[in-house]
Amino acid sequence: MTFSRRHFLTLLGATTGTAAFSLVGLPETSPIAATQPAAAARLWDRTAQASETFKLPPLPYAYDALEPHIDAETMQFHHDKHHAAYVKNLNAAIDQYPDLKLMTAEEMLRQIDTIPESIRTTVRNNGGGHVNHSMFWEIMSPTGGGSPSGALATAIRQAFGSFEAFQTTFNTAGAKQFGSGWAWLVMNPTGDLEVISTPNQDSPLMQGYYPIMGNDVWEHAYYLRYRNKRDEYLKAWWNVLNWEAIAQRYEAAVQV
Amino acid sequence: MAFVQEPLPYDPGALESHGMSAKTFEFHYGKHHAAYVTNLNNMTKDTELADKSLEEVIQISFKDSAKAGIFNNAAQVWNHTFFWNSMTPSGGGGAPTGAIAAKIDSDLGGYEKFKEAFKTAAATQFGSGWAWLVLENGTLKVTKTGNAENPLVYGQVPLLTLDVWEHAYYIDFQNRRPDFIQNYLEQLVNWDFANQNLAAA
Repeated sequence: MTFSRRHFLTLLGATTGTAAFSLVGLPETSPIAATQPAAAARLWDRTAQASETFKLPPLPYAYDALEPHIDAETMQFHHDKHHAAYVKNLNAAIDQYPDLKLMTAEEMLRQIDTIPESIRTTVRNNGGGHVNHSMFWEIMSPTGGGSPSGALATAIRQAFGSFEAFQTTFNTAGAKQFGSGWAWLVMNPTGDLEVISTPNQDSPLMQGYYPIMGNDVWEHAYYLRYRNKRDEYLKAWWNVLNWEAIAQRYEAAVQV
Repeated sequence: MAFVQEPLPYDPGALESHGMSAKTFEFHYGKHHAAYVTNLNNMTKDTELADKSLEEVIQISFKDSAKAGIFNNAAQVWNHTFFWNSMTPSGGGGAPTGAIAAKIDSDLGGYEKFKEAFKTAAATQFGSGWAWLVLENGTLKVTKTGNAENPLVYGQVPLLTLDVWEHAYYIDFQNRRPDFIQNYLEQLVNWDFANQNLAAA
């Protein structure tokens, strides 16, 4: 797994990967991998290691890169243990249904009602966990912070009045999500920006929303540094936001 | 009359040598549980619910989606008090004794089977929630509930509980929820409390 492959998949809109690209004997960045007919991809897929259909993407920066806002120990547990467990559980679930290996995790979530019932909850929880966390690492940066620019900034002003009003709405959504979950900026099916929250690892994709940015408010995201003070974590998080990456997700949402 | 936070039934450091640190109690009892009590009082102040019992508030608010916030805080006040009592610093964990032991044998197929069922319930409660040993229509059952929900709203009699919100174990066990569950079963379960609840049912 290389960063260039991640970038390649991002351009394809398949940020969390799919077995169609996990081809044996081909360089991971080969354009051939993206252009093979589905049948060939299916054949190759069956030769691939079943348990590696979905892979844990590497953190795009060091564990301590987001200090002091998010501490290294939290990043290590969050990425290496929590996210890794979602990937492992998702792979174990879809091992029972080889046809699903041709779908991206995002596609499975968008069509969650079509996933076989015996693994639907597992895919919802662990596919959601995988997609949500893959986004989460990407939209943070050690050189982050500040505020958005360009079309995203304009859209936020139009939807919420100001960037500050958006921040307040977003933080309130995160604070009020009782139990585990996420706060989101999404594009709804009619193309408008909204702030929503979802419980547990439920993805906005399941409701037809496109997740532009999301903050993890599971306690594991902040407990080592912030303890019970979720509101302080919510405020600090804005200091590590990678607005370039978020703007790219906004552009992708506009094009969907 | 305002709702009050019941005192801990032991010293905050009493379970330190049994896998639950004083630091965890500092936050879990001192911050989380306390905040639920404060929130509940704020949300019910000057309403008819302020004079109800905690159990009544739980039942009333559960049936009214407009009172979801009150339910969450009321149930969490009750759940945590029940959780502190479900643990003991003296001789906790291990095989049950007394009437509950015989009932676990007859209803659940024995202590080993109970442990497996309880571990599974606690480990598979996705996100925040609770694992329970309850009495339902006179029969023992192992269950799990999400977030603040508890057996009272399902007409069951709670006998024991384990909190599996991440704040319950993240200081002592980080992501290792299965180790936290194991530790509870081996070192913390207060079977006397379960027997009292069974006798009162």
